Amino acid sequence: MVDLEGKLVLALGERDGIPAPAIRACAEAVGAQVIYDVTQCFV
Amino acid sequence: MTVSTSPGAPRPAVRGVRFAIAHVPDLVLSGSKPRRELARAPAGERDALRRELRKHRRSLEAAVAYPPHQVLLANLAPEALWDRQRPWHGQPCEAGPARGPGGVLVDQSTFYAWLARADSARLVAFDAGFAETLPPLPGGPGPAGTSPDELRRALAQGAEPLWGELDEPVGRVVAGHEADEALAPAVILENLAAKVTGALALRELLAAARDPAPVDFLLGAGEEAVGDRYQRGGGNLAKAIGELAGVTGAGGVDVKAFCAGPVHALILAGALVRSGLHRRVVVVAGGSLAKLGMKFRGHLAAGYPILEDVLVGVAIEVGPDDGRSPLMRLDMAATHRLGDGDAPHQIATALSAAPLRAHGLRLTDVDRFAVELHNPDITEPAGSGNVPANNYRILGALAARAGELGREDVARFERAHGLPGFCPTQGHIASAIPYLPHAVAGLTAGALRRVQLVAKGSLFLGRMTTMGDGASVVLERAG
Repeated sequence: MVDLEGKLVLALGERDGIPAPAIRACAEAVGAQVIYDVTQCFV
Repeated sequence: MTVSTSPGAPRPAVRGVRFAIAHVPDLVLSGSKPRRELARAPAGERDALRRELRKHRRSLEAAVAYPPHQVLLANLAPEALWDRQRPWHGQPCEAGPARGPGGVLVDQSTFYAWLARADSARLVAFDAGFAETLPPLPGGPGPAGTSPDELRRALAQGAEPLWGELDEPVGRVVAGHEADEALAPAVILENLAAKVTGALALRELLAAARDPAPVDFLLGAGEEAVGDRYQRGGGNLAKAIGELAGVTGAGGVDVKAFCAGPVHALILAGALVRSGLHRRVVVVAGGSLAKLGMKFRGHLAAGYPILEDVLVGVAIEVGPDDGRSPLMRLDMAATHRLGDGDAPHQIATALSAAPLRAHGLRLTDVDRFAVELHNPDITEPAGSGNVPANNYRILGALAARAGELGREDVARFERAHGLPGFCPTQGHIASAIPYLPHAVAGLTAGALRRVQLVAKGSLFLGRMTTMGDGASVVLERAG
């Protein structure tokens, strides 16, 4: 398990998996700073 | 949603659906990912990569016998794939026919013959010797051939090669205009491929249809962009598809919504029939040439054949209730709206849970949800996971949160109300639509009562918004 508090995060999400806004919300909730987020669609 | 209850307004029904699968293993080289990888490979490695792609080329016989293709042709039920050992290409169907209640699979030569027939701007030419090998088509002469010198000159000047089984191109596509990126050779080929496969599906549908009334409107639902430099997305490929399929007297328009296009178009088709404006509406969509070989790296690494070697077109007829065909419940149709949110559970709520609950139904009252039905043998080796399973997990979780089932039953939702993925990664084609032939059979001769088609669209890919999109519609047994 990685401690994200104080870390910079690049959130790379996937539409049918975990989209970027969800990753952002989780990362920010534990004290990370999300500096980039994008949701891809791989199909 | 308010729907007309006028006694004269006919209830819309899905009257027929057909797929056209074109097996084009040598056009994998023209897919977006293979093309880009070949272009950026150092000269010495390019030939090796091309040889590697050819080594993993799948034969026509293997493509016909491939179980997911037999499901798409409706010779095999999708549920039969649950217990079939994966990867499925290791378990071919014995003597699987190239035609079924769901459509037809044609070979590359047939596709090339239709490509030449579809070429109204005379931009396609085949080597004269190769042109003679193409099968004759009804209603017109075969393609004109060109000389090897002309072919070489055109390719040296940037024409798009058309590949055959040997290492040299068998034809070429030139630009629609020398100073127009929107009419570049690769774009012309992509759009012609969509036109051909959409028209082949429409021909199959019309040949099988019992309704003698003429088709009076076509709704195009593909993801190609037809236009020129001043109107890159002008569109209305629907009319070009209808023309190639021999339809006369019908109007048409394109519905553009990424992968959700066909389900959006189905809803609009139902509304047109319900309003009485049109009687016989056909939703048409051609296949995606750009997505050929999209995940080839994963397939090569796994030792699979190149599974993304088919273009798939579809034609779906919507007409008045005939007392037998599955009815479209327009009052339970839904679209993802601005402000609905883009997290998976928000999209599933907007498209699945909300329209059902508005009519007093639970998610568990739907026999089958047809979602993004991408073949996991294609997606998993490339790290994209099992797309339908991910979607069913969200639906099951919503059902559990609403108290419709226990948490321990969420994992079983996929088997109880879902489907295995079986469609090639052809974008809009894979979004709910592949289940339609089986839905129609199940809602007529079979035991299904209610099916929900749920499609999602990735609007964010166009960089105009970060939003997603989606559309859903419920089909029910008539009577």
